[in-house]
Amino acid sequence: MLLEVRDLQVEFHTREGVARAVNGVTYSVAAGETLAVLGESGSGKSVTAQAIMGILDSPPGRISGGEVLFKGRDLLRLKEDQRRRIRGAEMAMIFQDALSSLNPVLTVGNQLGEMFIVHRGMNRGRARSEAVGLMDRVRIPAAKERVDDYPHQFSGGMRQRIMIAMALALEPDLIIADEPTTALDVTVQAQVMDLLAELRRELDMGLILITHDLGVVADVADRIAVMYAGRIVESAPVHDIYRAPAHPYTRGLLESIPRLDQKGRELYAIKGLPPNLLRIPPGCAFNPRCPMAQDICRTEVPPLFDAGEGRRSACFFWKETRDG
Amino acid sequence: MAEPRKSGEAVDATPNVTEVDVVDAGSESASVAAIEAPVERGEPILQVRNLVKHFPLTQGILFKRQVGAVKAVDGISFDLYQGETLGIVGESGCGKSTVAKLLMMLETATAGEVFFKGQDITKLSGRALKAVRRNIQMVFQDPYTSLNPRMTVGDIIGETFDIHPDSAPKGERRRKVQELLDVVGLNPEYINRYPHQFSGGQRQRIGIARGLALNPEIIICDEPVSALDVSVQAQVINLMEKLQDEFNLSYIFIAHDLSIVRHISDRVGVMYLGKMAEIGTDTQIYDHPTHPYTQALLSAVPVPDPDAREGRERIILSGDVPSPANPPSGCRFRTRCWKAQDRCATDVPLLAIPERFKGSDSQAAHESACHFAEEKDVVHAA
Repeated sequence: MLLEVRDLQVEFHTREGVARAVNGVTYSVAAGETLAVLGESGSGKSVTAQAIMGILDSPPGRISGGEVLFKGRDLLRLKEDQRRRIRGAEMAMIFQDALSSLNPVLTVGNQLGEMFIVHRGMNRGRARSEAVGLMDRVRIPAAKERVDDYPHQFSGGMRQRIMIAMALALEPDLIIADEPTTALDVTVQAQVMDLLAELRRELDMGLILITHDLGVVADVADRIAVMYAGRIVESAPVHDIYRAPAHPYTRGLLESIPRLDQKGRELYAIKGLPPNLLRIPPGCAFNPRCPMAQDICRTEVPPLFDAGEGRRSACFFWKETRDG
Repeated sequence: MAEPRKSGEAVDATPNVTEVDVVDAGSESASVAAIEAPVERGEPILQVRNLVKHFPLTQGILFKRQVGAVKAVDGISFDLYQGETLGIVGESGCGKSTVAKLLMMLETATAGEVFFKGQDITKLSGRALKAVRRNIQMVFQDPYTSLNPRMTVGDIIGETFDIHPDSAPKGERRRKVQELLDVVGLNPEYINRYPHQFSGGQRQRIGIARGLALNPEIIICDEPVSALDVSVQAQVINLMEKLQDEFNLSYIFIAHDLSIVRHISDRVGVMYLGKMAEIGTDTQIYDHPTHPYTQALLSAVPVPDPDAREGRERIILSGDVPSPANPPSGCRFRTRCWKAQDRCATDVPLLAIPERFKGSDSQAAHESACHFAEEKDVVHAA
């Protein structure tokens, strides 16, 4: 296994109290596999990624438990300079908003080349030609002429390609893409997702794709982990989860999105709101919104049940949900 | 406050003002009467003709001179029928939000007309304009920035009654606001709360309540759910559909999410670089698109069904949308179109039912601005 996250806990200390953003997340990614982490805002999907990368803002954030095993080593026990050597070279991240993630006062060639100067000790000239090669690889037209341009001179789709190029620069084994196409238009999203999938295949990398878009997930993922209130509520191979979700939350999500290929009737709406992380309900965090909730759901936290065939569900009634 | 009418306006009040046909600019009270007259279901309530908005590009500080124009909206026409939802889709920069602002009279059109029940609202002013504004309301995209953080919910919704004092007597306004909160599914006791005490979905409900306050006939929704989480989106969409039936509203629903637009719309218009590329019923556009841009746009939308992954054809467009300050000659889509021929660079394709489909009763017979319009189903797996 390339990456194994075990029982990860992250909390944020705020003025109002302790917000438990991640409450025991467990998932794994194999080499060459695409894992989609699906969840709404506040579900803890991005915070988990930041903890894996070691870029969590702390304070206020604090990792209060768990392990992050990357190629067998627990990253949480490494010193900062050891982690820095892994970041970029062995695992890299693609952020949502390319414009604010790139430095506006440095040329893209400079920013891409920096990876090679810092990690590989190359001189400026070599780094620059590597940067041009990378821009070619992510299919930026006329890379040679554009290497000295600044981020604002590129369109949104091109900027996201530069972000991808930067993540791929040192050919890492794991890429974490946090909502990589959310800010893009659909036609550009299709270009960027295509490119990402192709490069992932070519370099046989593991990919964690963090998103809230059920369509994008169905298109590229091998496996899905669904998060709610800082926990994994269901994980399964992509085909199974769309065919027969085994958690009421996943099922509600799937039924609440309109379809492009058919005109539906009234949409199913999950009632209520996602919980406040300062006051997560006792028992199953989803119980106040769940149509199947029983007494046990209000008192006991459901463990991640083994639902067979590589599936897991954190619902006492996973069997009924899957079959009904 | 009655404003004096401009002397240039002719006083030839058309006797039959309830007619939906285009009425000449009559006297102000005739205009108001026409605006307040009812419209039958299925009749056009809003008719947009050759609407144009160019934003000037200037150079120099002291002596500004115009060096060009951003052609945000460049001659679009469509009808909105009473009681229907017209969806407008397109990518960022295609001009769909500018259309919304033009219909709201928040921007002045460079050219073209917008007829509301036969009255050209781009030429109205004073009392008549105010009467139109009351009938066309808007729900904005971002529920975080479109509500004043220093005003209570009661003040935000109640402000509409201060602007239009005859819509509700002073003593009843508070009760009306509470009724509106109830209609949009919020607790009426929240009337004294501030926007920050609500979640995103609840804030959007407040925005909708404000849009409904004056009992308008048309609501223009500019990306009303794109800032919301998936599970909350469905709640707001269902609410909007319920309100449409209850209050007999006509919606213009602007969004970039094609699945949501299909769900809510009766008819859909596809915009590209300030022009309407294709317009028709939802079945015509989604199941029988004939314009290459519509086909590319639809094929790029990921469908939440992993089994359809292999079966669907994907049209991946090359390049980016050109700048609206310097759009391509002829057909604006030709620089990214796989069907483009020499003719596309010289002749601007008109939005009309393509010659080859004329008289046919197939679903492909709808307005499409392409010289080589051809039906192609890209949404369903082969």
